[in-house]
Amino acid sequence: MKTLINIGIAIIASATMVSCFNDKKPNYQYFPNMYAPVGYDTYGEYGVFPNQQEAMTPPEHTVPRGFTPYDYENTTQGLELAKAELKNPYEVTEENLAVGTQLYAIYCAVCHGDKGDGKGILATREKFLGIPSYADPGRNIVPGGIYHVETYGLNAMGSYASQTNEKERWQIAMHVMDLKAALNGEPGLLETSQAGAMADSTKVEMDPAAANTASEMEPK
Amino acid sequence: MKKVNFIHLRSKLPFLLLVFLLTFSTTIYSQDNPAGKASAVEVAAPPADAPAVAGGDVAAGESLFKANCAACHKMDAKAVGPALRNVADKYDRDWLYKWIKNSSALIASGDPTAVKIFEANNKTVMTAFPALSNTDIDNILAYTSQPKPEPKVAATSTPADGGQNGSGGASNGLVLGALALIFLLLVIMLFLVTNTLKRIAEANGVVYEEKEKRTPIWKAFVQNQFLVLVFSIFLILAAGYFAYCYMMQVGVDQGYAPVQPIHYSHKIHAGDNQIDCNFCHSSARKSKHSGIPSLNVCMNCHKNIAEVAPETATPEYSKEFYDGEIAKLYKAVGWDAANQKYTGKTEPVKWVRIHNLPDFVYFNHSQHVTVAGIACQTCHGEMQTMEIASQFAPLTMGWCISCHRTTNVNLESNEYYAKIHEELSKKYGVEKLTIAEMGGLECGKCHY
Repeated sequence: MKTLINIGIAIIASATMVSCFNDKKPNYQYFPNMYAPVGYDTYGEYGVFPNQQEAMTPPEHTVPRGFTPYDYENTTQGLELAKAELKNPYEVTEENLAVGTQLYAIYCAVCHGDKGDGKGILATREKFLGIPSYADPGRNIVPGGIYHVETYGLNAMGSYASQTNEKERWQIAMHVMDLKAALNGEPGLLETSQAGAMADSTKVEMDPAAANTASEMEPK
Repeated sequence: MKKVNFIHLRSKLPFLLLVFLLTFSTTIYSQDNPAGKASAVEVAAPPADAPAVAGGDVAAGESLFKANCAACHKMDAKAVGPALRNVADKYDRDWLYKWIKNSSALIASGDPTAVKIFEANNKTVMTAFPALSNTDIDNILAYTSQPKPEPKVAATSTPADGGQNGSGGASNGLVLGALALIFLLLVIMLFLVTNTLKRIAEANGVVYEEKEKRTPIWKAFVQNQFLVLVFSIFLILAAGYFAYCYMMQVGVDQGYAPVQPIHYSHKIHAGDNQIDCNFCHSSARKSKHSGIPSLNVCMNCHKNIAEVAPETATPEYSKEFYDGEIAKLYKAVGWDAANQKYTGKTEPVKWVRIHNLPDFVYFNHSQHVTVAGIACQTCHGEMQTMEIASQFAPLTMGWCISCHRTTNVNLESNEYYAKIHEELSKKYGVEKLTIAEMGGLECGKCHY
């Protein structure tokens, strides 16, 4: 009889111990009075919001601070127009190119490849197919067009306006032009711009409407 | 016959059972992966020696298709452009040459078929391919005229092989279970054998020698006061140690791996496909939060990727399982994959937050990611290997502090603070300053 009781105790004890380890549930907290914020938590779930969702898109017809309107429409005509007349408002500098290189590695290189030849890891693993090289003669890759496509997306490529701001997109465009020049065996953007400045002291055209540096483009 | 070895087995039984249960307790949780969902459906590769259609080279056509067309066209589903299987039968060959080489010109010329297609596809202009020759186009069309490969159930799904290949986890569990059963049977047998032997011994008239009445061991123990003292000190220390260990882990969620509403595999995205962490968690670069990516970020790629490749499937998670998870994403974001349109009917995805600092602690991601240049893996572990995300670091204050004490700050190219850095180095007599030496341990840095 005593043995049976012992066995019973052992089983209950081990079962209890086992049931306490559960990595699907958070651990106990000791007096969590100041753990949860008083205000609404980021990504929290509260009844006052539509869908109980704290994370919401900004109200319609509002713009974030530092926002620069982008006048070209998300159409083929808009793209052609941007290609024809939109210029990079930022000067070609080493800093801008360095930031552009870094951002390109994060957002673009997975598909377009480190060299811009369309052979990124997703292309070589055949997750995305048909990614053209920047040097493709059939495609007219110019800064205005790059910026337009980064902002709105084109065909299978999505918009990157929610992950990058206006300046960052121009910096990436700068790096893309650099890659295109390298693919074509031409001198890089920095050398060209310096040579141009030496020759006739004309700098990259400044667009006063787009000169704001701290703009944030929100997704629609 | 006098010596009975296992006479005390009965009293040791509970102990044995406890050991036995604890040994197998970990397996209880390792079994709850959806192992049953594994399957071995594979898409048969198209026959290599398929008949060439209209004199085109299928292999050359395939590579041309993948290089030029596949960005917008799929074989059997509408993508940016319409599905292309058997497109050669729908239109005149000469018309197709013109369309592929320069569709805009064809539309501008007022060709009724061209205008109709243009209107039917949201007036999206197809890129002109003047570089493709008629032979190239013939090759591509030969490829698109291939019959659709039939998905066939591979031979591995037969029951004979299924036990070995289908699920390694289940067979492992089976072996363990069998071992446990054998162990249990042995224990019972030994128990019975001792009983029987004892009975035989008694029947044969073997008389157990009456043992002298000695003082029971516990009485001897109680009488020895020194032993009692040592033992109680040991007991108190041990109890204190265990109590301390238990209490120190209260509120620490290390290893926390909740079930998420959509099974998202960091291993596939950040590991196999080497997508940068900042691609999706883009706000970690410039904000306090490393935001949970909104669904439009998922859709930047998954608009195009509606199903996983057959080689993505693992024994634990089948292709159907992963495809179902992508379907969940489409449902939440309101994406109609058949018509390639957003329906506007969205629903929030209730991700379960894993890393959660209490509200009274300030932590800034951009300070660590952009300024300090710390790799995400330093605090979040080898995320690119995790099928199910879990918390790697304890996120306790001691953990923060020990890193701040040992990590040197990169002071290069920081001219603005050069002087104060120099003075601080002199004050502490060190070459390189740690975060702690620059005031990184002040309470107000993180608590205010």
